[in-house]
Amino acid sequence: MAALAHLRRGFVQIAFVVLGIAIINFFLLRLAPGDAAQVMAGEAGSATPEYMAALRRQFGLDQPLHVQFFSYLKNVLTLNLGYSFRQGLPVSELIAHRVGPTLLLMGASIGFAITVGGTLGFLAARHAGKAADTIISILALLFYATPVFWVGVMLVVVFSVALDWLPVGGMITIEAGHTGLAYAWDVAQHLVLPTLTLGLFYLAIYTRLMRASMLEVYGQDFVRTARAKGVRAHRIAVRHVLRNALLPIVTTLGVQLGSVLGGAILVETVFSWPGLGRLAFEALFQRDLNLLLGILFCSSIVVVLINLAVDVIYTLLDPRISLGGTP
Amino acid sequence: MSHVFSAAPVAPKTALWMRGAAALLAVALLGGTGSAMAQDAAKAGASTASAEPAPKRGGTLTAIIQPEPVILTAALNSAAPTGVVTGSIFDGLVDYDSKLNPVPALATSWETSKDGRTLTLKLRPGVTWHDGKPFTSADVKWTLEEVWKKIHPRNQATFAKVISVDTPDDLTVVLHLSEPSVAILSSLNSNGAQVLPKHLYEGTDILNNPYNNKPVGTGAFVFKEWSRGNYLVLERNPNYWDKGKPYLDKVIFKVIPDAAGRAAALEKGEVQYGVLSPVPLKDAERLSKLPTLRVSTAGYEWLSPWLFADFNVERPQLKDPKVRQALAHVIDRNTISKVVWFGFAQPATSPIPSTLAAFHDAGGISYPVDLKKAEALLDEAGYKRGADGTRFSLDVDYIPYGDDFKRTAEYIKQALKRVGIEANVRTQDTAAYTKRVYGDRDFDIAITWFAAFSDPQVGVSRAYLSGAVGKNIPWTNGSGYRNPKVDAQLTAVQGEADVEKRIQIFKDFQKTVLTDLPSLPLVELKFFTVEAANLRHPAPTGDQVYGSFRDFWFEDVKAN
Repeated sequence: MAALAHLRRGFVQIAFVVLGIAIINFFLLRLAPGDAAQVMAGEAGSATPEYMAALRRQFGLDQPLHVQFFSYLKNVLTLNLGYSFRQGLPVSELIAHRVGPTLLLMGASIGFAITVGGTLGFLAARHAGKAADTIISILALLFYATPVFWVGVMLVVVFSVALDWLPVGGMITIEAGHTGLAYAWDVAQHLVLPTLTLGLFYLAIYTRLMRASMLEVYGQDFVRTARAKGVRAHRIAVRHVLRNALLPIVTTLGVQLGSVLGGAILVETVFSWPGLGRLAFEALFQRDLNLLLGILFCSSIVVVLINLAVDVIYTLLDPRISLGGTP
Repeated sequence: MSHVFSAAPVAPKTALWMRGAAALLAVALLGGTGSAMAQDAAKAGASTASAEPAPKRGGTLTAIIQPEPVILTAALNSAAPTGVVTGSIFDGLVDYDSKLNPVPALATSWETSKDGRTLTLKLRPGVTWHDGKPFTSADVKWTLEEVWKKIHPRNQATFAKVISVDTPDDLTVVLHLSEPSVAILSSLNSNGAQVLPKHLYEGTDILNNPYNNKPVGTGAFVFKEWSRGNYLVLERNPNYWDKGKPYLDKVIFKVIPDAAGRAAALEKGEVQYGVLSPVPLKDAERLSKLPTLRVSTAGYEWLSPWLFADFNVERPQLKDPKVRQALAHVIDRNTISKVVWFGFAQPATSPIPSTLAAFHDAGGISYPVDLKKAEALLDEAGYKRGADGTRFSLDVDYIPYGDDFKRTAEYIKQALKRVGIEANVRTQDTAAYTKRVYGDRDFDIAITWFAAFSDPQVGVSRAYLSGAVGKNIPWTNGSGYRNPKVDAQLTAVQGEADVEKRIQIFKDFQKTVLTDLPSLPLVELKFFTVEAANLRHPAPTGDQVYGSFRDFWFEDVKAN
């Protein structure tokens, strides 16, 4: 019961937090100099006062700020994300179109990072101080310290241009017109390099985190007890240490999943991946505020929901933690 | 190692290089973009010298489009990406050859009356829109009256003198003008004056019409699909009026936001065509040496872009023409074209680029690098060097279209330091830049580029007419220069039918603005196209950048 009450309270809080974020975003974004009409006229390379006025009228920018604000507020409360005049499409449609590729890329790279990174961290902790640990730690440090876009460009140069194993960028081979399994295989090939690029960075984080977290648990009394009882080293590592070391991993995972909708602007740009990060980034430069507000709104919902989910997962991993406060 | 680059293929220097480069073909070449360009001239030359083989049908051309277009209707938005994509979807009334003379497209002939007040266009019979409806004079009349004159950012001025349009029959359009208007004939291609299908637009909210993003045109390729942030697909128009064309089955435009990604995709052959300098200048040289690629600067004559620095004449230090002239004597346009722009530019001597040969005339006014003279002019203007050697300081803003623009600003900072002027380079995004320069007027020196187009009235006048100063209209008069004489000259050319007189007015205009110098022409930019070596087409038209793929074909169709 306590857990349910907690969840209910959580959802009420979420509603207020999201609304607050939406309102702050609305005013914050208007601080940027220039507006969408100006950007479009700028890109057009020519403009007249009539053209600018027509654009502003089309975008609703000729309305006073409070009118714009109330119509935005009404939209938010009715969960209507509005219309991107620049793109000529509803914001929800634009986001829906881009969310798939983003989830695919982020899912693949975080999945890759957490399995490989976790395993490496686990191995490093088990062999702490030995050669394996040193090698893994150096590798992790290297991946962590290398700029993401550089790794991306290098992977393209080596695996696409020089070796010709994988495509340079994009998500599908458009001209091939694949369907079914061939399509999935095609997407998978396009997915490899961006996943590796993004994954290698995350991998470094998980490796270091897992190693540190396991070493900390290793130092605790119950591990010494288990050793004294003669439990095998492997069983200690898996049953006693790993499970306890997972909590910080879940916390980090939660933080990273929260940024999923923001995507990975750099990786999406380097690999021409049609994701949400690039959409948000371009919307900012184009002063496409409806679109940007829509993306931020969705991101804020994802962040609070994942925070809630992380709370729940804690209780599953560690029975000592409960949702309703003190047990 | 020379970096000099000549656009004219007949220039003796280029011809010499062509021979040299041809001998070295497929061998690592001499460095320098000039020689790289010459090699491309040689590659192209080799193909035209031998008997032209018959074009082959089939194949898919994958081209780069960057940035992604906003809408797919150039009649409503004159931004470059929209022009590049729609050039193949919409045919123009005319095309322009490399000398910028109109050649027939949807219009088969055009005739101006003796008094210059009537322009009669004969349209091509048998042309249909992609939805099967016939293309007629009614479409032209409707688009002119409702779109070009009311919405199109450039054409409102170009077609301002049109008082009425007659359509005596389906294939004849007669424009009646209040005054002669020579500039109209230089803006009738697919990008300058795109004709929209009246039957799909009439009575709708034009700016929000759904066909803006799924265009129905008359061109060689039919719009198929647009996956935002990803790609655009066009398919062969089987009912194209020019029977047998186009040769390609499909055209795909890929959105590739990263410059290194574009270079890699071209190098690997995943894309075979990219316009408007698709890769960084230093990559262009490397790519041009690959046997699979060709780099050329033809096809941009209609744009005739020039880079310039606007001096804010309302600022106390820059109010005095002497100070502006002094700055001109300090900034070396040669260095900017060779070092900053890697030779993909040539020094500009006038705001009317030399590609507009009839109009271009600096009138003997030039500002060679002369530091002594610059110092003397500054002293004369009352800005003596202070105790620390500094006279005053200025902010330099640049249009954020890439590294080359930033390097131009940095070069100017260095140059000004030599005569005791401290410059501070400021960076901002496009929206902030245009607001600062054209709205708030909160700048000292602003660096940007304009397209002059084939008639200076279309592209150059706007930089000097005083009407738009401070009204927050991008790409107008940024310097704040107000000269009634210049305003009168630029208004007079709009209604002048006598070609010679018109040229003379423009020559007088150049003398005035080169003396007053509210804006310093820096270099004439040379955009380049990167394309696959096995992609064949006739010599590029003067507006090929916004032109059609109707004549493009692959030597080896299977390879694609």
